[in-house]
Amino acid sequence: MVTFGIKNLDIWFGAAQALKQVNISIESNEILSIIGPSNSGKTTFLRMLNRLNDLSSNCKMAGEVRFGQEDLIKIDVELLRKRVGMVFALPLPLPLSIFDNVAFGVRMHGERDRKILENRVEEALKQSYLWEEVKDRLDVSAFKLSGGQQQRLCIARTLAVEPEVILFDEPCSGLDPISTAKVEEAMLKLKKKYTIVLVTNNVKQAARVGDRTAFFLSGELIELDKTDKIFTAPQDKRTDDYITGAFG
Amino acid sequence: MRKLKESIIEKLILLCGLASVFFVVLIFLFLLKEGLAVFKTISLKDFILGKSWYPISEPAQLGILPLIMGSFLVTIGAAIISIPIGVGCAIYIAEIAPLRLKEILKVGIELLAAIPSVVLGFIGMVTIVPLVKSIFHLPTGLTAISGSIMLAFMAMPTIVSIAEDALYSVPKIYKEGAFALGATHWQTIYRVVLPAASSGIVAAVMLGIGRVIGETMAVMMITGNAAVMPNSILAPVRTLTATIAAEMGEAVVGSEHYFALFGIGIVLFIISFCINVTADLFLHRNK
Repeated sequence: MVTFGIKNLDIWFGAAQALKQVNISIESNEILSIIGPSNSGKTTFLRMLNRLNDLSSNCKMAGEVRFGQEDLIKIDVELLRKRVGMVFALPLPLPLSIFDNVAFGVRMHGERDRKILENRVEEALKQSYLWEEVKDRLDVSAFKLSGGQQQRLCIARTLAVEPEVILFDEPCSGLDPISTAKVEEAMLKLKKKYTIVLVTNNVKQAARVGDRTAFFLSGELIELDKTDKIFTAPQDKRTDDYITGAFG
Repeated sequence: MRKLKESIIEKLILLCGLASVFFVVLIFLFLLKEGLAVFKTISLKDFILGKSWYPISEPAQLGILPLIMGSFLVTIGAAIISIPIGVGCAIYIAEIAPLRLKEILKVGIELLAAIPSVVLGFIGMVTIVPLVKSIFHLPTGLTAISGSIMLAFMAMPTIVSIAEDALYSVPKIYKEGAFALGATHWQTIYRVVLPAASSGIVAAVMLGIGRVIGETMAVMMITGNAAVMPNSILAPVRTLTATIAAEMGEAVVGSEHYFALFGIGIVLFIISFCINVTADLFLHRNK
């Protein structure tokens, strides 16, 4: 099944074109990794999927994007962002307790019942592999957690609103290898239930967790294929150069 | 030679830095010296809580409670009017207004701050005062509420510009985090931006109130200048500041009256000092 069908997508910020004629379809329950040097348009692509680009007033978009059967720009934007969750590069806990952080989005969508909230929080923390570490101190401030724990807390916060897709924007760029491994482990488990799009600067991470990998350069999609294929026999020389570290 | 020049410039700048502190200390000492003399003839309790202010009757009655109440009523009224409008305006400018409108609004706010208070007082006298009189069917429109309305205009620029700064400096990633969870614009403002900027907003409010308490000219012109215990916000009052301004010229130097006015000065100083320190604490809490 196709979650996102993207045809001839162009995106501009003012006069600068960030994405040029991108065609991708994102399958359900896969992890699609997106790699590429900075300014290649990979984050713009990711933020297009939950229409976070709309926040920049000078952003223009052309082409066709379908989310399931629906036209992406016709979906109610708050509902879309509930269905397409996002985890950012910096762990971004709010100055609230662990519980309130995870329950934040759920509450915002109108849930008041304490029992339901508790269930959702527990469920989300379990899925992000944080439950065992925090279950006895849910009322402690989220700032007391380590960086890696905070990032998994943010994943839990996204999961708690029960999305269909999760976008990861360089989720491990500030984490140590052990925390990174935990986040990756969580991602691999999550793909059973969710579709995952992962933007990463870490080529090895793409190789470890991605089912398919896309390589972006200067706003163009250069190559998209099964991850093993991209890393063993890339079709385009530029892809080969990038993953072997010749530039970027 | 260059070393010498450096050190001379350094010393000069140091001197400038110390000057402000030096003047504050000097002013404070002078205020204390003149003001504390009033307590030779009247106890602190009778001064603060005394209900009659008849400084030139024989014997002089120097209770400043009516003046404190006057300042209090005018300030509370101004705060009730200016805080919601000011904070609302700041939210609109920082979060909602399109770029063009934002620039226009900011210039407007700055202009409002630039109007001399005596001009505002004068305008209030010919507009607000008759309006209040006819709306509430009062014998006179020179009341505490007229002063409150007028002072709300003076507090607003301070509140708006500092609160807007605080709102604007909330990191963009916080907002994006909330949007990404499916929050609406208002939910993001209400649940993320406002709490994150809360200390700056409190500081803005405190500084606005500080401006109101210290204001003299406009208040003197439109609050009726009656140094009696006010029984409502619709009665004429006289504030601490207006009392000093109105009576200092007539008070005989060295008389009880003269010292009492300095005593009022000390009370004012303490009030605005407390407000400014509170504002400062909030302003620097998260930094």
